[in-house]
Amino acid sequence: MNFSNFLLMRHEILLLGIILLLIIAEIFINKNKKSSIVHLAIFLFGIHTIIGFFTIEEGSLFGGMFHTNGLIHFFKNVLNIGVFILLLQSADWLQEKIVKENRGTEFFVLLFSSLLGMYFMISSGDFLMFYLGLELSTLPVAALASYETTKRKSSEAGIKLILSAALASGVSLFGISMLYATSGSIYFNDIIEVITPTNLTLLGIVLFFAGLAFKISLVPFHFWTADVYEGAPISVASYLSVISKGAAVFILMILLFTVLKPLMHIWENVIYIIAIATMFIGNLFALRQQNMKRFLAFSSIAQAGFILLGLISGDQLGTATVVYFVMIYVFSNLAAFGVVQAISLQTGKEKMNDYEGLYRSNPNLSLVMMLALFSLAGIPPVAGFFGKFFLFTAAASKGYYLLVFLAVVNVTISLYYYLLVIRAMFLRKSDSPIPFFKSKLYMRLGLLITVIGILVIGLYSPIYEYIFELSKNLY
Amino acid sequence: MDILSLFIIVPLLTVLALVFAKGLKQSRIISMIGSIVQLGMAINLVFAYFKERTVNDQIMVFTKDLVWFKQFNIHYNIGVDGISVALLLLTAIVVLAGVFISWKMKELPKEFFISLIVLSVGVYGFFISIDLFTMFVFFEIAVIPMYLLIGIWGSGPREYSAMKLTLMLMGASAVLLVGILGIYFNSGADGGALTFNILEIAQVNIPFEAQKLFFPLVFIGFAVIGALFPFHTWSPDGHASAPTAVSMLHAGVLMKLGGYGVFRVAMYLLPEGALHWTDFFLILAATGVVYGAFSAIKQTDLKYINAYASVSHLGLVLFALLMLNKTAWNGAIIQSLSHGLLTAMFFALIGMIYGRTHTRNINKLGGMMKILPFIGAIYVITGLAYLGLPGFSGFVAEMNIFVGGFQHPDMFHRVLTVLAVSSIVVTAVYILRLVGKIMMGPLETNGVENLPKATWYEKTGILLLLIPVVGIGVAPLWLSDMIMESIQPFIQGLL
Repeated sequence: MNFSNFLLMRHEILLLGIILLLIIAEIFINKNKKSSIVHLAIFLFGIHTIIGFFTIEEGSLFGGMFHTNGLIHFFKNVLNIGVFILLLQSADWLQEKIVKENRGTEFFVLLFSSLLGMYFMISSGDFLMFYLGLELSTLPVAALASYETTKRKSSEAGIKLILSAALASGVSLFGISMLYATSGSIYFNDIIEVITPTNLTLLGIVLFFAGLAFKISLVPFHFWTADVYEGAPISVASYLSVISKGAAVFILMILLFTVLKPLMHIWENVIYIIAIATMFIGNLFALRQQNMKRFLAFSSIAQAGFILLGLISGDQLGTATVVYFVMIYVFSNLAAFGVVQAISLQTGKEKMNDYEGLYRSNPNLSLVMMLALFSLAGIPPVAGFFGKFFLFTAAASKGYYLLVFLAVVNVTISLYYYLLVIRAMFLRKSDSPIPFFKSKLYMRLGLLITVIGILVIGLYSPIYEYIFELSKNLY
Repeated sequence: MDILSLFIIVPLLTVLALVFAKGLKQSRIISMIGSIVQLGMAINLVFAYFKERTVNDQIMVFTKDLVWFKQFNIHYNIGVDGISVALLLLTAIVVLAGVFISWKMKELPKEFFISLIVLSVGVYGFFISIDLFTMFVFFEIAVIPMYLLIGIWGSGPREYSAMKLTLMLMGASAVLLVGILGIYFNSGADGGALTFNILEIAQVNIPFEAQKLFFPLVFIGFAVIGALFPFHTWSPDGHASAPTAVSMLHAGVLMKLGGYGVFRVAMYLLPEGALHWTDFFLILAATGVVYGAFSAIKQTDLKYINAYASVSHLGLVLFALLMLNKTAWNGAIIQSLSHGLLTAMFFALIGMIYGRTHTRNINKLGGMMKILPFIGAIYVITGLAYLGLPGFSGFVAEMNIFVGGFQHPDMFHRVLTVLAVSSIVVTAVYILRLVGKIMMGPLETNGVENLPKATWYEKTGILLLLIPVVGIGVAPLWLSDMIMESIQPFIQGLL
């Protein structure tokens, strides 16, 4: 091992550097220009995102604890783009609320630490690294969830998240210890060779799965989701629903498709049942939500259920479709959360009823929201349609037609509640609509990137082809 | 640029231009120019098609094939045969007429025309697609603007109707998706690569078990938009609430997607499945024909009458398709065209009457012929064409359908055909009663003697639709020729 090998960890090292730089910068920043920390953070992270696109070699470090390949690298970039958009969208909120209370730097440090944890989690080559990554990615978010200290709901969200997360990760750790007990190793490569469907292994897998299912908010581990999303600041809720969920899906996929591949005939049944339960419960609960954040929470639960349809195929097609869908989901959901954020920041309104007549007063915001919702609902020609169609193709390729049928039933149910928002914005007129306002530059830039993503990713097929090629490397 | 892609590009450019338009005047001018160009292209296509046919005997002509998603073997693959050409022409006519009828759209005119044109993009794309995936994409693009069109510009219980229509149609398309995936994964049954290409799949012998399983999914997926009983309930509510141009476009064009899809996808690709299921669906279609006609008798709202009449007449299309012979299929296609034009005319006339009298209740209308001679006269003509009077397109279509129906010698088909034929009598009842009551009857409401006469744009819209109706009726041969030879390859698997 020589020094240049560390370049495999370029993402991690750079992000760590940014965290340290921000902490140092905090000391030197003039008290009157406190908000410049926001500009600095966005600037640094933007550069980090761009550098991330330079190719990187495949390889592993620390005797296999950390490894990376094209797909993992690509996924880190997706997470980067997501966080970058999120930073743009939350810049106004940070400047107006958080920086004034002198807590700006901490926000970035916590957020980036969590992202760092995700990097390690998806790059992990053994369960120890995986667990460290999982914890590092979860704990800072709990602090972030209760960031609006003056709001009771925010503190409540933090407590709920940390308690549930602690329990989930404890259960997960217990499962890992059982896997260690049966296989005698925590390295993925060793486990693949010796894993057999004994009772202890299965129990271990189920417990371990529960930990990740909590992060993805699969039914029945979803109870924290709506409350935490509602209470947490919108930036944090959108981080939880997009970045955190995406990373967890990705590592779950890698573990299922590589380490647990020999037991596929067992876990595919688990995925099958959980997929159905997650889709139905997420969708049916979303029907009656009035608060936009709760609404998006249940919608994101349902979306997680759709993702499982890609997981169940267990091959290259499944990998490619899941990564593709998650990528689209990042853009779509961030667009939706971005609009909610923009409106909440200007008016403090978060109810669906408040959106009535929005098109007539704020046409651009409504159009962004419409595109986002169409993408989530899977309506062509926006990207979400392609993501969902390919996920269903992946499931159908293994003959799960009944599952696909139930999924399309759910697509129709979900269309209903997405149309409810569109109904409020476009069809209804209101006596006191949200007045016209112009968002600040960062917010508009953030929404613009999401819209471009939603429109381009689906129609421009080379993106999918690129992901498909990368997916070969997983095996 | 190939001749067919323009059918998608021109409306998209129109939409782009509309985005920058301001106010009603600019919007309608842009839409009109775009639609006229489109109609010109459609007419040109008819001539180009006849010319091409003399040298090219492929199933589809003017094809263009671009790889889209190569891992799934998804192509942007387009081409037309005589049937698609005819339906493209129909679409272009109805869209242009719809633009004229919406000349005075007051509320959010720009958005209205954008939605209308986007809808037409979906329809054009659907009719020229050879690739199942592309076809499905366009199918959904055609459906979703309906929600906004009915929801924003509709009347009555517009939110309810819009939601009901969208959910039922999207639900159907979701079922269709499963069927399409089923076809796709069985398209390699002969050892070839999986494909979405309709023409290639047709050469594959899909196992009977799969055909039996997926035929009903594909059939229902398409037939819901063709108002198959008992999935027709979105149609009366949707049509009644929709603004005039949208009713025209929807009943005139969008509902044709159903019959076209059944014929192009379900029956062509899954012929054994079709033979297996035909009796069951035939009963449903015949029920729809009779049920729609009787429901129309009982209605008092003009739009509901027409909507149920559409259920009945489009039931005939499905009925004819399920007869599985060439004559009936020929009738089905002509019926699609004829109904598209006639129902669009009806909805346009109803819109004009409603715009002047502010009621669609037939009990409150009467003697319109005296105060609105142009509208009244056209209404009578449309009504007569609708009930299948010789000399109009409706006659040619129904004639073919019933002759095709009677070609089956067995009891089951005979009984159903007789039932379906009887619907003509019922149609005559409600059409004649309607004409007698609201056109000829005594003046009902006071103070309506001075209603404004039909304006130039209304007349243009109506004449656009009337000319082809008479054209088909008087000289059906050119159309029949075009359709008949195109039906041949599609029906071969079924005989």
